[in-house]
Amino acid sequence: MNTGNPTPATPSTPLSEPAALDDALLITSQEEERVSVASNWTLVWWRFRKNKLAVFSAVLLIFLFTIVLAPDFFSTMDPETTDAKLAFIPIQRIHWFDEGKLRPWVPAVIGKRDPVTLRMVWTTDDTQKVYLRFFSAGYTYQLFGRFEANLHLVTALNPEDANRIHLLGTDRLGRDQWSRLAYATRISMTIGMISVILSVVLGLLLGGVSGYLGGLTDMFIQRLIELLQSLPTIPIWLALTAALPRTWSPERVFFAISIILALRGWTTLGREVRGRFLSLREEDFVLAAELAGASRWRIILHHMIPTFTSHIIATSTLAIPVMIVTETSLSFLGLGLRPPAISWGVMLQEAQNIQTLALAPWLMIPGLAVIIAVLAFNLVGDGLRDAADPYSH
Amino acid sequence: MTTPKPASSPRQVLLEVRHLKKYFPIYKGLMRKVVNQVRAVDDVSFFVRQGETLGLVGESGCGKTTASRCILRALTPTSGEILFREADGTVTDLAKLDRRGLARFRPQMQMIFQDPFASLNPRMTIFDIVSEPLYVHGMRSRAERTEKVAELLRLVGLRPEYMQRYPHAFSGGQRQRIGIARALALRPRLVVADEPVSALDVSVQAQVLNLMLELQEALSLTYLFVAHDLSVVKHISDRVCVMYVGKIVETAPTLELFAAPRHPYTAALLAAVPVPDPQRRTAIQELPGEVASPANPPSGCYFHPRCQFAVERCRQESPQLEEIAPDHFVSCHRAAELSLPGAVSHV
Amino acid sequence: MHPPAFPLLSVQDLKAYFYMDEGVVKAVDGVSFDVYPGQVVGIVGESGCGKSVTMKAILQILEPGGKIVSGKVQLRVRRAGRPDLDTGGPNSAEELLDLTRLHPNSKLMRKIRGAEIALIPQEPMAAFSPVHTVGSQIMEAILLHNKVSKAEARQRAIDAFRAVGISMPEQRIDAYSWELSGGLRQRAIIAMALSCNPRLLIADEPTTAIDVTTQAQILRLLRDLQREKDTAIIFITHDLGVIAQMAHYVVVMYLGRVMEQGPVNEIFANPRHPYTQALLKSIPSVQSTPRVRLPTISGSIPHPFNRPKGCPFHPRCTQFIRGVCDSAAPELLAVGKDHLASCFLYQSQEVTA
Repeated sequence: MNTGNPTPATPSTPLSEPAALDDALLITSQEEERVSVASNWTLVWWRFRKNKLAVFSAVLLIFLFTIVLAPDFFSTMDPETTDAKLAFIPIQRIHWFDEGKLRPWVPAVIGKRDPVTLRMVWTTDDTQKVYLRFFSAGYTYQLFGRFEANLHLVTALNPEDANRIHLLGTDRLGRDQWSRLAYATRISMTIGMISVILSVVLGLLLGGVSGYLGGLTDMFIQRLIELLQSLPTIPIWLALTAALPRTWSPERVFFAISIILALRGWTTLGREVRGRFLSLREEDFVLAAELAGASRWRIILHHMIPTFTSHIIATSTLAIPVMIVTETSLSFLGLGLRPPAISWGVMLQEAQNIQTLALAPWLMIPGLAVIIAVLAFNLVGDGLRDAADPYSH
Repeated sequence: MTTPKPASSPRQVLLEVRHLKKYFPIYKGLMRKVVNQVRAVDDVSFFVRQGETLGLVGESGCGKTTASRCILRALTPTSGEILFREADGTVTDLAKLDRRGLARFRPQMQMIFQDPFASLNPRMTIFDIVSEPLYVHGMRSRAERTEKVAELLRLVGLRPEYMQRYPHAFSGGQRQRIGIARALALRPRLVVADEPVSALDVSVQAQVLNLMLELQEALSLTYLFVAHDLSVVKHISDRVCVMYVGKIVETAPTLELFAAPRHPYTAALLAAVPVPDPQRRTAIQELPGEVASPANPPSGCYFHPRCQFAVERCRQESPQLEEIAPDHFVSCHRAAELSLPGAVSHV
Repeated sequence: MHPPAFPLLSVQDLKAYFYMDEGVVKAVDGVSFDVYPGQVVGIVGESGCGKSVTMKAILQILEPGGKIVSGKVQLRVRRAGRPDLDTGGPNSAEELLDLTRLHPNSKLMRKIRGAEIALIPQEPMAAFSPVHTVGSQIMEAILLHNKVSKAEARQRAIDAFRAVGISMPEQRIDAYSWELSGGLRQRAIIAMALSCNPRLLIADEPTTAIDVTTQAQILRLLRDLQREKDTAIIFITHDLGVIAQMAHYVVVMYLGRVMEQGPVNEIFANPRHPYTQALLKSIPSVQSTPRVRLPTISGSIPHPFNRPKGCPFHPRCTQFIRGVCDSAAPELLAVGKDHLASCFLYQSQEVTA
């Protein structure tokens, strides 16, 4: 029988020799070394770039964002210029070659009034060529609201022809659709982004507080989320936007609408952030940091938030198209932005009656822009979401 | 109930747990009324001497993990005392300390985790992971930390060159070494290892066990080794504590416990371990029934419904932990009269 | 034990690969073994050794991306009184069927799973649907493979419950899986597997998720059932203790290849492959001396994408022969009666002998 005293550490073989260095890790290939030191973001990027559709969409989005930054560069004329005489001009097709040489031109359009219906009938005349120039000077505008600039993507070779280019036709008031579309892109995309940024801020803050503090605060915020999510959205948006004073400037309406969209948009994200906080609190590596004596703030900032940023970015990307579609719907119904502000929804108002549509189907082009933007955001968001967790397998 | 008092020994007691309880309330309904409690740890007392390894064994749900987390104060115990002796001899009750009061004790007690994947933040490099405790405790110079991390990695058998890598570049056993390096960064006196090898492959388990034994020798560490695998516990422990449904049923020096268990549950547990020897085929002996629920434990001794030696007294009266031999504590009414088979023939 | 003349299942040079974006994983790379009626064959190995993939390949339930590349899985299928197993071959009581030639979703393959080969999975919780009672799921399996009435199927399910030692089977049969404890759930799984009287059971780590005292109950139950019904079992585990207690014949795998196979006593008493030898030495046991330095296998198991050339174990092997072990994979050759090893140590002996 043992004497009862604890057996002292008397191993039969000496334990003092240093632990054998682990040579299985001697990695020779550079490829593996590259993977070993790849950070989370690098791994996300490696996975994201495998998704060709998402990468293509991302490139498309970058293009859309350049339009957002400098819509004037893309437009051919001031989007507000009206000329009733030039109403309902159809799309002009760009011809790239002239007499065998690369010399882009568009045919001039000639209007004749129909003697019976008294309506303007536009025909293209291929003999009258309006030559185009790319990346050249046109009308002057303020770049980023601060620098004078006059560089444009497309201008007429002959400055006198400036008003004869309507790449996407004109609307009821003879406004150039191409230029208006550039401006609308700016407003519609920005309103989507701003509402999502507001949602993220609200969602992170309230979701984080809810998940971290727990208890009564958590209960209150959760009930608030449930309440907000149970409200029927369209009537509420209608009511809120209808309540905006008619006298407000377009800028104020713009921000008010962003806020209205964000007020409900944060709830989904808030829930997600709360769930992440709750599950992360149970993670071993968070406990390890706590046992190491790390402060709460350090744990939140160094361990918790970095773990779900990629998810937040993916979720936010997927939320933008929802905002864009909502804004478009509201504006289409005349309850969102109102002229003179230009957004995709506002532009689509022009396509509201069937008669106009039959006569001028090109007025539906802003709808195409909505579809492209929404699809691109969704594909990038899906790609990001799939790439966001490189450790899932 | 008396708490086990350490017999006279050359080694000082580093940690003493007295009447530790941790109950988790069960809520029901909208008003979150407490309808019952899970007695995860139900009046547990034991001690760990400086420089020794105490193995804490039991089946899932026996409260061994909860007890270890209470000691580390990752959980706040419902009641009881956790007495920790500092290097200068002062004894403090950790159970009573708040977050700020605990800060001073954090560096002295560290933990090795079970899951080598979940316990390392995948978004941090090995340098960041191992140096975090150093940074938090005031080592701000990066050069100093780099040197220290290199030293720690060498200590656990990893090459310092791999500091800039992320955990995904390492295998389970290597990650476990990284976790050990992190636990040792602050030169703790007590290391709580919660199932440190159960998630590892058989061929890698031995490496980690050897490493832990080497480190204990080199750094005079004290281990509280929590595990369900009796072979592993036997291999590493000086003394073993067996838990069943939140209570300690037996505590004894390792060889004594495995050769001559005094509690029927310990004996049943030993008999249930499949021996890696095809010549000893009859070895599997089963314990009937299921582990009792810590929310609705049976009356008297919690083990009595499964115990073949149970008598009327066991059904009514809860047994107390008593010292029946030096350092050998048993909580069984019939401990003195029973002669139970052990797992080893020799002592 | 004396094996009958013909194996029930014969796996011959089975290869199952996974085709992934990152490359090809040779999860099972040339595995051969036989299972005789009433024999317990233990497949033992660590993570990534391909033991589970072998089982899935036999049952043709590989995950997407996985493919049987070559090899045969020949099963002796009962035909007597079972028109559903009619393969159109010459009429005899039994027929040898190569399962790899059947389509995974074919009617015949589905009949074989359950009726001829049954699976005891590792996770008892995941094996039952939580929205149906355990009994209804067992009855469904019985009705699928047998032409019996519902009442009879229920009776059979109750009998199966009783056979695996579940008390009050008439009541427990109407329980949902989440109402049963871990041990009972594992017993219910075994009842379901046995409900159609298969001749081969595949137990994939059946006791890994449960506690040691429950494990002892389940092992005992499996051993008793196997003796009573003379069912053959393929027992997959990483636990050498469980293997020693359960198996008659042992197959030791490492990184998709068989390192050594032989009768259980031979493997434990006289292991020939350096991997088996090292593995057996490195495990602590309740009978070994505590607090000594255990002999270890250096390094760690390589990631399946970086499988070493030649013998997959050579980078960790103490008896590695430069220029031999790292150039070609050794063949599985006899080193004793029914005892095979795939190691150059013994191949050179053969050559010189």
